[in-house]
Amino acid sequence: MSIAVSLPTRLEKLVGSDRVRASESALQAFAIAGRAPMAVLKPRSAREVAEIVGFAAAENLAVVACGSRSKLELGMPPRRYDLAIDMTDLRQIAHYDPGDLTVSVDAGMPLHELAKVLGAKNQFLPLAVPCGGTSTVAGAIASGIDSALRQQYGTARDFLIGAEFVDGAGKQCKSGGRVVKNVTGYDLHKLLIGSLGTLGVVTRLNFRTFPLPDLRGVHLSTFPTLEAALQFHASLLKCGLPFSNLELFDSEFSALLAAWLNRTGGTRKSLPASGWHVLACFEGHAAVMGRIQLELQERSEQMQAARSGTIDGQPAQQLEAAFREAFDWLRGAATSVALFRIVLPRPAGDDLAELLNGSHQSPLRSAFVLRACGVAYLALLADGEDAPANATLEREVTRTFSRVEEKKGSATLLHGPQKLKERVSVWGAKRADFPMMQHVKQAFDPHNIFAPGRFVGGI
Amino acid sequence: MNPALIRELKSLLGPTNVLSQTEDLLLYEFDGSVEKARPEVVVFPHTTEDVSRIVKLAAKYQVPVVGRGAGTGLSGGALARGGGVMIVFARMNRILEIDVENRRAVVQPGVVNLDITRAVEHAGLYFAPDPSSQKSCTIGGNVAENSGGPHTLAYGLTTNHVAALEMVLPDGEIVRVGSRHGDTPGYDLCGLYVGSEGTLALVTEITVKLSRKAEAVKTLLAIFDAVGDASRTVVEMTARGITPAACEMLDGWTLRAVEDYIRAGFPRDSAAVLLIEVEGLREAAESQAAAIAQICDSNHAREVRTARDERERDLLWKGRRNAFGALGRLAPSNYVLDGVIPRSKLSDALEQIHETGKKFGFQIGNIFHAGDGNLHPIVLYDPRDKEQFARAIAAAEEIIRMCVSLGGTLTGEHGVGMEKNELMTLLFNDADFELMRRIHDAFNPDSSLNPGKIFPLSKGCGEIRVRNSGLVAGVQP
Repeated sequence: MSIAVSLPTRLEKLVGSDRVRASESALQAFAIAGRAPMAVLKPRSAREVAEIVGFAAAENLAVVACGSRSKLELGMPPRRYDLAIDMTDLRQIAHYDPGDLTVSVDAGMPLHELAKVLGAKNQFLPLAVPCGGTSTVAGAIASGIDSALRQQYGTARDFLIGAEFVDGAGKQCKSGGRVVKNVTGYDLHKLLIGSLGTLGVVTRLNFRTFPLPDLRGVHLSTFPTLEAALQFHASLLKCGLPFSNLELFDSEFSALLAAWLNRTGGTRKSLPASGWHVLACFEGHAAVMGRIQLELQERSEQMQAARSGTIDGQPAQQLEAAFREAFDWLRGAATSVALFRIVLPRPAGDDLAELLNGSHQSPLRSAFVLRACGVAYLALLADGEDAPANATLEREVTRTFSRVEEKKGSATLLHGPQKLKERVSVWGAKRADFPMMQHVKQAFDPHNIFAPGRFVGGI
Repeated sequence: MNPALIRELKSLLGPTNVLSQTEDLLLYEFDGSVEKARPEVVVFPHTTEDVSRIVKLAAKYQVPVVGRGAGTGLSGGALARGGGVMIVFARMNRILEIDVENRRAVVQPGVVNLDITRAVEHAGLYFAPDPSSQKSCTIGGNVAENSGGPHTLAYGLTTNHVAALEMVLPDGEIVRVGSRHGDTPGYDLCGLYVGSEGTLALVTEITVKLSRKAEAVKTLLAIFDAVGDASRTVVEMTARGITPAACEMLDGWTLRAVEDYIRAGFPRDSAAVLLIEVEGLREAAESQAAAIAQICDSNHAREVRTARDERERDLLWKGRRNAFGALGRLAPSNYVLDGVIPRSKLSDALEQIHETGKKFGFQIGNIFHAGDGNLHPIVLYDPRDKEQFARAIAAAEEIIRMCVSLGGTLTGEHGVGMEKNELMTLLFNDADFELMRRIHDAFNPDSSLNPGKIFPLSKGCGEIRVRNSGLVAGVQP
C-alpha cells in the first residue's frame, strides 16, 4: 500500500511530473477489462523507457506498454497491472534511406503517418492491419495481427529486419540490424512479433520497405456452394497468378461487410448477399493487371460462378480497406461476439467444410472468412446478453475449440465477452512446446513484470 | 575420449555408425572455412531416437555434442571446437512427406538442399533457399546457419521457408515447434531456432515451405568496363524499387578465373559483370528486364545479354555457382568472407576492399550477392605460410569492420560460428550479450551443444560458460 501512495511522486522524479498521469480519468483510459493501472507514464526516449522498466523491476510492478490501445483486449487481461507506458511520444523516424529500401522507426509512430513518409518516396510497408487509422508500428508488431497483404508480402517476420527494446531487467537491447540480409546472433526480434508485450518494451523497429505498385485491382466472384467456392479459391492458389490477397467468405460476412461499407460511406452495390464469395486482390502495371483480370474472368466463368466481375477505383480501395479492418468491425457485429482465428493443417480440405457445417448448425449466426495463407476467422454472433444467450455462446465457443482440436488445428479466441474469456482458454489447448515458451519468457523478463498472464498458457 | 562412451555408442548404433580412429576423424576437423577442430568421436544416427540417445550418453559422460550436415559451412559452425561427439546427419537423409496441395515437405536434416527441389519439381514447385553449395549442403545445416543464396534477394533466407521443426534438446528430450502452416499461438520458436547455429538444440526433422516456379524467367548478363558503373547500376535499381529475383556481381579478376575454368561466356576483358534474374508473370518479367537493361545502359554497360534458352541460363549460373571452385585453382586455399552493407554503400565498400587488398598484399576477388549488399570478398592465401595466413585473417577482419562501420553487419548467410564470434562485440553490447546468454542458457544450460560458437570467448561481457576448458579465441591454422 505504501508503494501505491508514493508511487506517482517517485515516478515523477524518474521521468518528470509532466510525464506521469494518475488522475482517475487518465487511469481509466488505460484500463484493460476493467482493471486500471496505478499510473500512466509517457516517456520521451528509449532511455526513459529503460529507467521506467528498471524501476518497475526493482519494485516488482507489472507493466503494460501501450500504443493506440486498439488491441489491448487480445489475450487475457494481465493478472497484475501497475504501470501503463504510453509509447506514443516515441514517434520519430530514426533512419530512412529510400535508396536502400529500409526504414528505422520509433515504436509509437502511427502506421498511417509512416505510410505518408514512405508514400512520398513511392514506397510502403506491407503491414495492412486492422485499426489502421490509429495503430502504432510497435502495436501492430506486438499484436501479431494478420496483414491482409501477407499472401504476397509475407508476415511481419518476413520484413522486420531488426528491433531495439527494453528487456525485463531494464536494459536496452537490440537484435538484427538495418540491412536486408543478416544472420548475426539470435533472431530475438522475431520473438517480439505477436508476443503482446510480454517479452519487452519495443522502442524501435527496422523494416525492409517495398515500392508502391503502379495499380491495384479487385475481383469478386460468387458461387452457390462452399465446395465450388473452395475449388475456385484452390485453383487460384495453384494458377501462378500473383495475388496480394485472396479471401473466401460466407453470406453473413458479406452482409456485415456491406453494412460496414455503408456506415463508412462506401458502396455495397457490388456485394451480393447470398452464396459464397471469393475476393482476389492483385497489383502491378497495366499489362499485368489486364492479364490477371482476363484470367480471373475466364476462370470464374469456367467454374460456373453465379456472378463475377472486377471492381475498380474507389469501391475497390474501400473493399480492400474493409478486409484489412475485418477484425475491428467483426468484434462489434452483434451484442456479443466470439471472434476466432483458426488455422487448420489442410485449410482447403474437408476439415474446413466440416468445421463450417458445425457452426452453421448452431443456433447462433456466424460469419466466416478464409485467407489464402490458410488463416480463417470465424465470428459467432449472439444477439443478446441475457443468461441463456451467454450460455449458448459459451457452448458454441467450446464446441468450436473442440472441433478445431479434433482436426489438429489451432484456434485462438481474439475477442469475446470478458466473462466468457475467463471461463475458456482463449489460446486453445496448451501445446507441447509450452515449457520452451516459458524459458523464453524467463530469459527476457526474469521478474515477470511484462503483462503477466496475458499470453499463451498464462505467461 | 572415454573408451566406455565409444563402447556404448557402438552398442547403441552398431560399429559401422561410429568412427573413433584418428585417420577417420581427420575428415571431420574441417568444413568450408579456415577453421579447424577435431571431434573425438563421430556418429551417424538413423532416427530421431538415435539422436536423443546419443545426446543422453554424451550428457552422462559430460562431453559436448556438435551436429554436422555435409560440412560445407563457411564459419566453422559444424566443427567440434570443444572436442566430444560429432553427430553427422548424413544417414538421416529421407524425404518423409510431400504435400503438393499445401506446398509443404517434411524432411530429415541430412537431405541435400537441391534434392528437395528435385523431388517436387514435377509439381511445379521448388525449395527457394539456394546456397552455392546446394548440390551438397544439407537442409539441417541450412536451418542451423539460416543459409541464403543468390535468390535470397527476392525470397528470403532459410528462416522464411521453414514452418516447423522437430528437435532434440541437450537432455535428450524430443520436442516440436512451429506448425505445418507456421501459424500457431505463442512465441515464434521456429524463428529463434533457425539460425541458432546448433547452440540451442539439434534439429531432427524439418517441415519446409515449397514455392511455386515462376511462369517466366529472364536471365541477363550486364557487362561493364568499370566496377563503379556496375555498383551504381545496383544502387539505382534498388533506389527505383526494382527487386530482381537475383542480382550477382563478379569483378573482372574473378570472372577471368571463372572463365578459364567454366567457360560460362563472361567477357575476359570486362571489369565487372552483373548476373541478374527476373521472374514472375511473363508481362512483369519482360517489363522488369527492360527497365533493368535501361538502367544498365544509363550506367555505361558495354552490353546487356539475355540468356536465350535454359542451356544459356544454366551456363551463366554454373559460372556463378562454381566460382569459388575456380578460384581454388589459383592458390592452395581461399578465405571466403561474408559481410553485409547497406546497398546504397556498394561503391564505397568495393573501393575500401580494394584498398585493404593493397594494404595487406592480396589480390581480393569479389563475387557476391550485390542486390542485397551481401559481400563475399575472397582472399587467396597459402595456409602453410603462417605469416601470410595471419595477414589474410587481418585483412578479413578489416573488411568486416568496414562493413559494420558502413551500417552493415558481420554475416549475411554464413553464420558467426567460430569465425566471427570475437567480432560480435562490434555490433552487440553487454546488455545484448546478456540477453542472448540467458536465451542460450535456458535451452543449453551446460553449453554441451556446440560450445565456443557465436559468443565471444575473449571478452568479459556476457561470456558464455564453456564445459570444456581450453577453448581459445581465434582461428586455428
